[in-house]
Amino acid sequence: MTHKSAITLTINNRDHAIAVEPRRTLVDAIREDCGQTGTHIGCEHGICGACTVIIDNEPVRSCLMFAVQAEGKKIRTVEGLADGETLHVMQQAFMDHHGLQCGFCTPGFLMLAVGVLEREPDISDDDLLDVLSSNLCRCTGYQNIIKAVRAAAQKMRK
Amino acid sequence: MGQPTKMTASKQKFVGRSVARLEDRPLLLGQGRFAADISFPGQWHMRVVRSPVAHGKLLGIDASAALALPGVHAVWTYKDVAHIPPIPFRLTGLVELEPYRQFILANDTVRYVGEPVAVIFATDQYIAEDAAEMVELNIETLPPILDASGDTGPFDAERATEPSIIRKSFGDVDSAFKAAHDVVSLELSVGRHSGVPMETRGAIARYDEARDILEMHGAAKVPWWNRDHIAQMIGRTRTNMHLLEGHVGGGFGIRGEIYPEDVLVCAAALVFKKPIKWIEDRREHLISANHSRQQQHRIRAAIDADGHILAIDDEFFHDNGAYMRTHAATVPDLAAAMLPGPYRVPAYRAVGHIRLTNKTPCGTYRAPGRYESTFIRERLMDAIAAKVGVDGVEIRRRNLIAKAEMPYDLHLDTLGTHIVYDSGDYALLLDKTLALAGWPELQASLKKRRAAGELLGAGVAMFVEKSGLGPSDTVRVDIMSDGKVEVVTGVASIGQGVETAMAQIAADALGVDYASINVVHGQTDRIDTGAGAFASRVTVMCGEATRLASVKLRDKALKLAAELMQTDAASLDIVNGEIVRTGRIGSSMTLAELAQAWPGELTATDTFLSSHMVYPYGVHVCAVKVDADTGAVAIERYAIGYDVGKAVNPRLVESQIAGGFAQGLGGALLEEFVYDENGEPLSVTFADYLMPTSREVPPVSILVTEDAPSPLNPMGLKGAGEGGTNPVGAAIASAIDDALQQPGAITDLPISPQRLKALCQKN
Repeated sequence: MTHKSAITLTINNRDHAIAVEPRRTLVDAIREDCGQTGTHIGCEHGICGACTVIIDNEPVRSCLMFAVQAEGKKIRTVEGLADGETLHVMQQAFMDHHGLQCGFCTPGFLMLAVGVLEREPDISDDDLLDVLSSNLCRCTGYQNIIKAVRAAAQKMRK
Repeated sequence: MGQPTKMTASKQKFVGRSVARLEDRPLLLGQGRFAADISFPGQWHMRVVRSPVAHGKLLGIDASAALALPGVHAVWTYKDVAHIPPIPFRLTGLVELEPYRQFILANDTVRYVGEPVAVIFATDQYIAEDAAEMVELNIETLPPILDASGDTGPFDAERATEPSIIRKSFGDVDSAFKAAHDVVSLELSVGRHSGVPMETRGAIARYDEARDILEMHGAAKVPWWNRDHIAQMIGRTRTNMHLLEGHVGGGFGIRGEIYPEDVLVCAAALVFKKPIKWIEDRREHLISANHSRQQQHRIRAAIDADGHILAIDDEFFHDNGAYMRTHAATVPDLAAAMLPGPYRVPAYRAVGHIRLTNKTPCGTYRAPGRYESTFIRERLMDAIAAKVGVDGVEIRRRNLIAKAEMPYDLHLDTLGTHIVYDSGDYALLLDKTLALAGWPELQASLKKRRAAGELLGAGVAMFVEKSGLGPSDTVRVDIMSDGKVEVVTGVASIGQGVETAMAQIAADALGVDYASINVVHGQTDRIDTGAGAFASRVTVMCGEATRLASVKLRDKALKLAAELMQTDAASLDIVNGEIVRTGRIGSSMTLAELAQAWPGELTATDTFLSSHMVYPYGVHVCAVKVDADTGAVAIERYAIGYDVGKAVNPRLVESQIAGGFAQGLGGALLEEFVYDENGEPLSVTFADYLMPTSREVPPVSILVTEDAPSPLNPMGLKGAGEGGTNPVGAAIASAIDDALQQPGAITDLPISPQRLKALCQKN
């Protein structure tokens, strides 16, 4: 067993003081050490995108990063999207356009789409499709996800 | 029990409408409760040590180094679980298959890469994984069997490679072939692929000594059957064991069956008196959860001069991997039983060889057996068309079973039921779907663009699905003291929208808002029996049981309200959750007031029995462009017509179809579990096992029709879960043939770029 280091992860503006081994992935730390289980693990090799979170305004696969690398950075997860009872426009759009079925991949898609649209609000439809093709969904066939993200993009631009 | 009264007063308000899903909010907020989200204080983590070889003698296991690692509590091998019987069959459990069942840990032989041989129990997941790597396996490697269609022989010391043969037939096949004008013969295959849900499997068992209750969380699909049988395997009973379903990240047939790991966590929780948590990783999933689909068929059709089918004769080889799991002979049985499809086939014979290979064992995957046999049958239809010299649409029209022939007895059995197509107007749906696809204009535009050198083609595939498998579903409906309604079902949610659909049905029957209804599913401690969610059965079976129980509860509520309101029940109605007098004259009372006045009384239970399945049917139309340089396929147009009898929530039906289509597309073009010559699996990450992304899945035009309500249930329901998937391989293959202008070119799925490029070079 390796030594654990004390680090602080800032998730949705809240500090979590935790002790982790250097090899601990960020997603494990977010879920197990910080109790934020909305971020899901789908493959642990950086392909499915279920674990996507936003780190310093960039969508990131949290299974491909070590927890210690995220110290001092601002981490946003799906739990931080809604404003109290009010859903984020992206969450609302997924509901309105039936962009989810089992909901397992949904947090990853939400964070991917929000992260990209905050950074690049005027992204073209085709580029947006490219972005969305970086995450996997097994239930919906994607069309409703694409509709939801495009609808939310229009609202986020306003 | 109370006599059901007519529901004339309450207007239908929710069934048939695309109302918003009740499931969405917690999932969007990150408040879902998937298996990995469930933890208990003091839990131990389980890690499975898996066979690294496809076939071998397991001579010894040395776990001393693993046990010495701090944080490791125990290591189990076969001898620790030798008293636990193999995993039983849930469906189509032929007696001769029983010796081929899988034990939860391998004894003296390993038969596929990924087979559990030992398990580590440790305080932490990371330590458990470290320890698993330190377990030394002494395995004498044996040559693997990887081809399911070769000669039969010994699989190992006690077993043969062909444990059983499925035989189904009707009519005089041999005479039909003798008398035939012509015979069309094909050899075709479908590749090994599977459901691969985004959530990997997981199971968390906890023994509560104070109450003597063993719980398993992470259940899915068939919690009641699994409760009964896991209990039996480990010496519990159905009354002191509960299975509890949380959110399930996709089912598709493969998730929720009893696997070795489910039994292991339960057995270990009892022995160690600690919560035991097991969460599968993706590599494990791809080599140990059920595979599906791999079949090779040799089919021939006897036809007359006009291409009418006189007989079909099919022999196929079903590669089931190394063991017979819970589905036993289900997939090959369904393949054989459903092969005739929507066509009039006077004589039919199918011989399906169930074969073992040293690969991951198989089970059902969305449209099991039908994805396979629809590909085979529709390829055959295209070949008949080519032989007779008519187009694919015309040959299908000539052979379709007519509406006037319904109900149509297929003279075949499957899943313990006799197959009788209950209703259908196949020709009408063909017309409607061709219109949806703009078929004549499509043909004209393809012709024009082909002339300019593009490789373009279009194809059609038709199919009959099955759904609504009985034998029964029971539902309890309660009006709670706060006026809200609880519907307790014996089914499961795998993301398909069961809560919303059941709430819609109960809402209409009761006269309340669907959003005021809480639908309970997958909790064996809430209702004693339940058949679960498979075979597109939930909306049909549980939907009708929900309606029956809700109608009964409405009658009961009105009777009890009539006493309080000093009137007779016939002059009362429930409208929007309130009990009102007919004509709205005089006082009313809320359901909450009524429930408070009669504590515990506002409950009703009812059961729907059904001995026959119901048969939705569909048409897929596909247009593709093939890139001769790369072998890539672009789907330019895809249209689906599907008749579900009655759609409870049309948008949910459409999304079942759209999602099912994406999976069918994966199996047609991308997904395959590939093995090397040693039986080493090569598709062990998402970089090797390619699932469609938003770039590969095109928009689909979907037409849900209600032209043929089922006569077998009052709402006319048929299931909608599998029609999006069923004929996708067939439709795409047909379109690619057309693009290449090579009839019959596509013989195997998936159609990889390499294979297609080679075909293009033939042009």
